[in-house]
Amino acid sequence: MHPLDHAIHLTRRDFFTSAASGLGLLGLGAMLQQDGLLAAPGASADPLPPRPPHFPAKAKNCIFIFMEGAPSQLDLFDPKPKLNELNGQPLPDSLLEKVRFAFIKKETARLMGSKREFTKHGQCGMDFSDLLPHLAKRADDLLMVRSMHTDQFNHHPAQLLMQCGRATFGLPTIGSWLTYGLGSAARDLPGYVVLANGRGTSGGATLWQSGFLPSVYAGVPFRNQGEPVLNLKNPDGLPPELQRAGLDALAELNYTHLARAQDPEIASRIASYELAFRMQSAAPELIDLSQEKPATLEAYGVTREDPPIKADRAGGPGQYQAFAKNCLLARRLVERGVRFVNVIHASWDHHSNLDKELPFNAGMADQPIAALIADLKERGLLDETLVVWGSEFGRTPLGENRNGNTANVTGRDHHPYAFTMLMAGGGIKGGQVYGETDEIGWNVVRDPVHVNDFHATLLHLFGLDHLKLTHRFQGRDFRLTDVAGNVVKAWLA
Amino acid sequence: MRLHLPLHLLFLATAALAAEPPDVQRIFAEHCLECHGPDKAKGGLTLTSREAVLKELESGARAVVPGDLKQSELIARILSTDADEQMPPKKKKPLQPAEVAALKKWVVSGAEWKIHWAYESVKRVEPPKIQNPKAPVRNPIDAFILARLAAKSLGSSPEANRYTLIRRLSYDLLGLPPTPEEADTFVADRASDAYEKLVERLLASPHFGERWGRHWLDRARFADSDGYEKDNARPDAWRYRDWVIDAVNRDMPFDQFTVEQLAGDLLPNATPEQKLATAFHRQTLTNTEGGADKEQFRVEATFDRTETTAGVWLAHTFTCARCHTHKYDRLSQREYYQMFAFFNDAEDTTAPIKISDAAVREYEQSKAKHGAKLKDLEAKLAAVTKEVASRQVAWEKDLQIRLQTAAAGEPKIVPAKILSVTSAGKTTFKALPDGSQLATGKVPAKDTYTVTIELPTARVSGLRVEALPDDSLPRKGPGRSAGGNFVLTEIGVRTDGKVPLHSPHADHSQVNWPVEAVIDGQPETGWGIAPQTGKEHAATFYFARVVDGAKTRKLTVTLDQQYKSGSHSLGRFRIGVLVGETAETIAPLAVREVLEMPAADRGEDQAKIVRDYFAKVDPVAQQAAEQLAAANAAAPKPPFMDVRVLTTKQRETKVLHRGEFLSPTDLVEPGGPSIVPAIKTRNGERADRLDLARWLVSPENPLTPRVIANQFWMHLFGEEIVRTPGDFGVRGEKPTHPELLDWLASELVRNGWSRKQLIRTIVTSATYRQRSEMRPELAEIDPLNLLLARQNRVRLDAEIVRDVHLAVSGLLSSKIGGPSVFPPLPPGVAEIRYANNFKWAEAKDESRFRRGMYTFFKRTAPYPDLIVFDCPDANSVSLKRNISNTPLQALTTLNSRAFAEAAQAMAKRLLADADDAARLQHCVRLCLTRPATTAELATLGRLLDQARAYYTTHPDEAKAAAGDADRAIEVAALAATVRIVMNTDEFITRE
Repeated sequence: MHPLDHAIHLTRRDFFTSAASGLGLLGLGAMLQQDGLLAAPGASADPLPPRPPHFPAKAKNCIFIFMEGAPSQLDLFDPKPKLNELNGQPLPDSLLEKVRFAFIKKETARLMGSKREFTKHGQCGMDFSDLLPHLAKRADDLLMVRSMHTDQFNHHPAQLLMQCGRATFGLPTIGSWLTYGLGSAARDLPGYVVLANGRGTSGGATLWQSGFLPSVYAGVPFRNQGEPVLNLKNPDGLPPELQRAGLDALAELNYTHLARAQDPEIASRIASYELAFRMQSAAPELIDLSQEKPATLEAYGVTREDPPIKADRAGGPGQYQAFAKNCLLARRLVERGVRFVNVIHASWDHHSNLDKELPFNAGMADQPIAALIADLKERGLLDETLVVWGSEFGRTPLGENRNGNTANVTGRDHHPYAFTMLMAGGGIKGGQVYGETDEIGWNVVRDPVHVNDFHATLLHLFGLDHLKLTHRFQGRDFRLTDVAGNVVKAWLA
Repeated sequence: MRLHLPLHLLFLATAALAAEPPDVQRIFAEHCLECHGPDKAKGGLTLTSREAVLKELESGARAVVPGDLKQSELIARILSTDADEQMPPKKKKPLQPAEVAALKKWVVSGAEWKIHWAYESVKRVEPPKIQNPKAPVRNPIDAFILARLAAKSLGSSPEANRYTLIRRLSYDLLGLPPTPEEADTFVADRASDAYEKLVERLLASPHFGERWGRHWLDRARFADSDGYEKDNARPDAWRYRDWVIDAVNRDMPFDQFTVEQLAGDLLPNATPEQKLATAFHRQTLTNTEGGADKEQFRVEATFDRTETTAGVWLAHTFTCARCHTHKYDRLSQREYYQMFAFFNDAEDTTAPIKISDAAVREYEQSKAKHGAKLKDLEAKLAAVTKEVASRQVAWEKDLQIRLQTAAAGEPKIVPAKILSVTSAGKTTFKALPDGSQLATGKVPAKDTYTVTIELPTARVSGLRVEALPDDSLPRKGPGRSAGGNFVLTEIGVRTDGKVPLHSPHADHSQVNWPVEAVIDGQPETGWGIAPQTGKEHAATFYFARVVDGAKTRKLTVTLDQQYKSGSHSLGRFRIGVLVGETAETIAPLAVREVLEMPAADRGEDQAKIVRDYFAKVDPVAQQAAEQLAAANAAAPKPPFMDVRVLTTKQRETKVLHRGEFLSPTDLVEPGGPSIVPAIKTRNGERADRLDLARWLVSPENPLTPRVIANQFWMHLFGEEIVRTPGDFGVRGEKPTHPELLDWLASELVRNGWSRKQLIRTIVTSATYRQRSEMRPELAEIDPLNLLLARQNRVRLDAEIVRDVHLAVSGLLSSKIGGPSVFPPLPPGVAEIRYANNFKWAEAKDESRFRRGMYTFFKRTAPYPDLIVFDCPDANSVSLKRNISNTPLQALTTLNSRAFAEAAQAMAKRLLADADDAARLQHCVRLCLTRPATTAELATLGRLLDQARAYYTTHPDEAKAAAGDADRAIEVAALAATVRIVMNTDEFITRE
């Protein structure tokens, strides 16, 4: 046994077998293991050792493609002929009374049809608009949920709800819960990685925070060019051989001190430095795409140019390539055992100029995501990789008439009452459309799914019971699903 | 990898160690109250008081019949194996045999019900007598600790050596390492009160306020920005931080400290500083996202104030009771809103606060100098400001009308007829048939082309510059650099006056050479197109003031090409004009978004967007802004700043159904929770924040002194007497040493709430002074060190990790207080922010090397070196920091710029020493205080030799590693060595 593991093992064993008095600590140790809260004795000095799920399951990794800002489901996934028919008409008072808007003025609000053409795809006959020709080809792999709804209609709170299960600060995100529950199989990389492009999100770092969980469960942002992870590069003028020699000297000093102080925390720190050293070569290798086949790069669209459309919101030039690279990196990450990859693009917040900017964004996202799903499938990874496409809410069937302005309505406002998400792989039953909205896409009329239900199901796919995956903080056992959440059985393969 | 028990199991460990049966009420809280608590009471059973458990149930049975196991339904149910009867139900956590036994014993012995320990009044008991005359009893703390150890036949650990002691004290009290000289003095001091003298010196240091002030700022969720999407800066936030540091340094009694922060504004004749103290509750987040409901986020902030107050002073989690009566603790939803009402009666405001005493003195002096000159200037400025405001109103109206009628789609682009084109240098131009101009002649280092064009007789809303390829240019151009690139640094458009431009965009911009830079007024930045050379590109600029071509026939365009390395001018270009207006040409998106909102709905941030833009595009406003800036620069600034504080505004408070601000139900009055004695009001009328604050620190309230004593213990031992410092409720841990906790609490109050006195008492105990090394026999009996048979080893806090690196390398600035600073930030961190709206202006001066607590804290893009070491994110109250151990921490201290700079500085510092041995010994002394062992010196010596050998043969690498230092090889080799000492676990651990 490695001396490091031995040090940790020793402390653990003492801890588990001690039966000093009363109840004894043996039972305690057994309970800990039963809860999956401590790895088995003798586990390696790994900050995120893999842990068994509550029950067997297919999904091992998750790629969450988060389209920040709220894409218009009415122009992408949820065709509404009736809405087109009613284009320019007011909304019935009965619907207006109960709702709040961010910018829409109720008095002059008018329904806005979609200019998109929808067609049916795959054996299942799933609708996609003309903006998503590549994703449409994956229809039979996809679950399309049209009946998502949320409680928040401002971006940052709604993003917190989508990532943490509740619109409150200080809570762990989905990736934190998954790595907390299951650890990670990645030996040389963090278990939870964030890849972002675009103009910056409303939520910033709170979208990959670990909240009250230790920071080892926080998402680590990777850049797709230059230095992939912060501080990965040695200081100026320090060659790898001196880094290695330095770490060897450091290990000697730390071991000496471990012998003196007997604190297993020192052993952990030695292990952390070794993992850091491995990351220094693993992370650059990860973002080096030179070994990928030209056909793969082509399929993801890594070499595409941005189309000549002006789209302020999407974040300036170069988004097409950046997003395509991020999708390809997501595959490379899950191949290396990374548990959770958050691919973020901001922003889809089309309050105006929808008909120009949505095609820009959709064009950016469509081909790489479709290629990612196909690539995972071809490599036999799709079964164990859950791919999610979603956002914090949807967009209104009403045109946005800020300030009562009716002359220049070119966008849609925030809509928390109904929106669409896509999922594939990881034990999801593809080729199905779940849920239904009313004829103008305002409310869910069949099979509503709250964000908490989505989270419960996501955890279930990973073999985790959302009621049991808890962490006590200030007297309360917190869960990803807050106080609600039901597993949607129909989604499971 | 720390041996952390999940909190819900810790209590069993505590009970096991105490050889006590598990506490019955704690078992109920852990297993039963979710269904049989004050909130739900399933089957009519509430397990929260003796009366309640003895009551007849809905079924007619009784849960507990004292002394009678058979008649007690509770016992029958926990023993049952029938799935329908069994309690807790099968899907819940099962009871442990010891817990079942404890419940049985409790029923048999009469089902006595004790008041929850935390709600009992503080009882000061005499410390136990320790029989062993040799036992190290320095003060009563030791007697309490030793008595429990003796019961387990254990002894405490011996006193740590003096190097460890001075380092421990310096880290704990100041967050800074002792210098080797300070350590030597202490080690050599044979006086019997050497240790006490050291304690006094450290308590008197002004850095004490930084260290212990920062502990408090965790609780205040202090940050330099608003939070949420926009996350705007709060340039006044630091003033409250200064207040905290000062109050701690002056040892402001904790009761006064409490009252001023919660209700300083309500004190009779409140001073500005007392008002400033209320900024404690202005650290709540502010959401200025477009379309956000202000009331919703006011209520949200009020929740936070309520819950933070309960967490910090009462160590209770009130959050659950926002939506429903608490499941475990005795807190109804109604009581929650009574507490909430105190803060619902508060209102956000600002108060003018003096910046600092030094600023006031400076102001008095310069004001005397300026005198009358100032008055004239002020009057003049007032007039101009008024004029600008009225111009802006007219301008906004005009824009709004134009926006309403603007055409959809893209504006038409018409090629412009070029009347003349000249070069500031010697470039000559050839007109081509397609209307473009081809530059010829020698390529100048820098140039400005001046182009005069004729306008069509239409409204012209913008201009397009096309850069075109040509076979005559290097790599076909369109630029004249060897690679075919160009850099357009600035563009100017004039008719009879300057035409301001906005929203530049291009089909393609080179990385770091964005088209936006063409109108940023800075000649060093500009637009380039590499690597996309040999192709046609175009940049479009909109006119902030539309030009009527029918009236104005000519327009002059200047194309500056001032790229600092030279020879990057345009090879072939054409100019087109935009005819007609669309929304996009009228104003930038950010301005349009605001103009579309009613003026009344705009917040200050939104108003500022429009005002700033107007100041750029209106000639009068521009002039006024310049004048104002000049006047501001000349006039002495009043030494005051507006700081966010609280004031009073009475509101009706109603219970909010499920915490939803749109669902108010019953009216409530301000009042305290029933777990502690009732709040007394000053005048018998409606209670206010001042009554609340005074009640929190009143002798009747047993919670506050216990909670605070426990917090202080945590900061000095790394662990607490109550191991759930944020939860003294029924689900929280019981104190490991209840009598000691009460003794400390009573000491705190008895000494007039002096924090320094409490710290002095604790650190002078023998318990504190023990060695921290683990003892094998203790790992068996007390792996969590609950009994304190030794000190704990504690990793340093995030800010302190930075501070000690800077301190030992000699870089650390000793300045205390003042505005937040911007040390080097790795690229790509600020950019993750919403709409990339955040620029980090890296400090070039001493403020690069300020203590970590002064680093500007942006809530949505916090400083990575801090976050990676578990610095709280300031979005909600932090009562105890996590301590994690990750590879990212290793990467930070190995490679991050700040830490590499520290190693470099340390290396330079060591050059003054005689030889390698002296240097390495000095380094170890600086970092670890103690002398190095021979083995350690050998290890480091080998590394130093290897590094020196490497750099001797790689002088360029040496230069890079040494910065620009002389003796680069030596500095580089030493830096590569000392950084290893600075990465040891020991260096960032308080032993």
